[in-house]
Amino acid sequence: MNFLYAAYGATWAIHIVYLITVARRYIRLKQEVDDLNKK
Amino acid sequence: MKKAFPILGVLTAIFLSYALYLALVVAPREQTMGDVQRIFYYHVPSAWTAFLLFFINFLASVQYLVRRNPSTDKVANWILITVAAVTCIASVVIAVVPALKEAMPKDVQPSSIGTTGIIIAVAYFLIRKFFSVEAVDALAVTTAEVGVVFCTVVLVTGPLWARPVWGIWWTWDVRLTSTLVLWLIYVSYLILRRFSSSGQTPVMAAALAVFGALDVPLVYFSIWIFRTQHPQPVIGGGGSIDPRMMHVLLMNWLAFLCFAYLVCWSRYRLEIMKREVEEAQALESLLEPGSMAR
Amino acid sequence: MSAPPPGVMLETLRKDIRLEWRSKDAINSMLFFALLVVVVFSFSFDPNAEESRQIAGGLVWVAFLFAAVVALNQTWARELRNQVLDAFRVSPAPANSLFLAKAVGNFIFVTVLEAVMVPLFVVFYKLRVLGPAWQLIPVTVLGTWAIVVNGTFFAAMSLRTRSREIMLPLLLFPITIPALISTVEATTTILVGDPTTSAKFWIVLLATYDVMFTIACLSLFETVLHAE
Repeated sequence: MNFLYAAYGATWAIHIVYLITVARRYIRLKQEVDDLNKK
Repeated sequence: MKKAFPILGVLTAIFLSYALYLALVVAPREQTMGDVQRIFYYHVPSAWTAFLLFFINFLASVQYLVRRNPSTDKVANWILITVAAVTCIASVVIAVVPALKEAMPKDVQPSSIGTTGIIIAVAYFLIRKFFSVEAVDALAVTTAEVGVVFCTVVLVTGPLWARPVWGIWWTWDVRLTSTLVLWLIYVSYLILRRFSSSGQTPVMAAALAVFGALDVPLVYFSIWIFRTQHPQPVIGGGGSIDPRMMHVLLMNWLAFLCFAYLVCWSRYRLEIMKREVEEAQALESLLEPGSMAR
Repeated sequence: MSAPPPGVMLETLRKDIRLEWRSKDAINSMLFFALLVVVVFSFSFDPNAEESRQIAGGLVWVAFLFAAVVALNQTWARELRNQVLDAFRVSPAPANSLFLAKAVGNFIFVTVLEAVMVPLFVVFYKLRVLGPAWQLIPVTVLGTWAIVVNGTFFAAMSLRTRSREIMLPLLLFPITIPALISTVEATTTILVGDPTTSAKFWIVLLATYDVMFTIACLSLFETVLHAE
């Protein structure tokens, strides 16, 4: 059933998008930590 | 915890895959709705997880408001203990007095009142023990964000389930509308956090969370009354569940709880790190020569 | 949190009313805005008499809500311009007096706007009240207070945020949904006048909402004001 796969797919799409945003913020923060450590 | 994270991540992934297998293959096919009903195994656990996260956010917000002042802190502690005690006593009284027991709504056991009270108090004190006042605010942000993510899943999977089964994308029934309002309140919470300047943000956000917690039961109640006056289609109504389905449902919920825990843990660490960086940057700009120019 | 001394509150209230009265520009533009809202709604929803009674409840209260938001943004903006907020924070007067004074002032202001909009709605929509008309008074009073008390609180909160004009409705609308449901249902019930239905339940629910949130606002306002 298309709706079933759409629902499961949407669920994971939403979670993955959120995890990617968290990961990106983490990478940017790591950069700033490195900059601070260098100084 | 840091070292355990990758292992836990892999274990959770395996658990989630197993839960998916249970939902798609093992769970019996529903008579009237067919395979589409399997959305239920993702929709309901997401809802329960979202509500749990918002509940933790509420406790964390109350703590942030209350713990900065020693007298309000003590008062709050005593209120929690009283709530737990009163609900336990109420449970016993209701169970023992036949007239009261009859008056209870169907499916609600007297003991559940006591257990609810105890769980609330225990959760409050656990949070209090493991999180300092500043950390409690980080917990609030984390649970609000992850809660919104899970709530979004609920609001997306709900209509996707409703459309093929009941023919409509949306209806203003109690549960859907309350969930939508909850989502709206917490999205506005997150926007408030993003748009306000750092000094006052945690306090204002905590106040908003408390308002939200007062609001949601009222929303639920007002729509429930509205619905009894204007009968509407009921989506995902009650009724008993086949025990095999219940098993799959609970397994999926457990898997999602593990997943939610890991996501929250990551987001929490990110938040703590962010605060440390901000502090370090502020300190640095103070110590830097020529910092007066800032 | 004991009840604030009425002296400070009344003084602040009188000052606010005097200021509003003197700045006739603000009042006039608000009144004109209220008129415009009604006219725009009339163009957008143009039903015959029977249907209009069904939806008039909703239309009127949404119009009130939007007018109230504009009014609320106005009143705090003036305080901010003259840094009155900082002066008040430093003064020994209890924060609750300020809050009540602002809330009551806003309430009066919004009620004046409603008094302008209601006759216009009646005329444009050819409304006649078929049910017990006196019930509209508690509905309007309680409903307006529900919007104003939370609105004043959130307006104070959004002062310290970027994009503060959008922040207020953003915070206010989700929280006022139960009040909105109650007022719309009550108004519609009264207008339609079906003898089997009664608005009494909605009025009680509105009163409960008002009590709960007035207490919440009074409890938390001091914290929000001094948060720094």
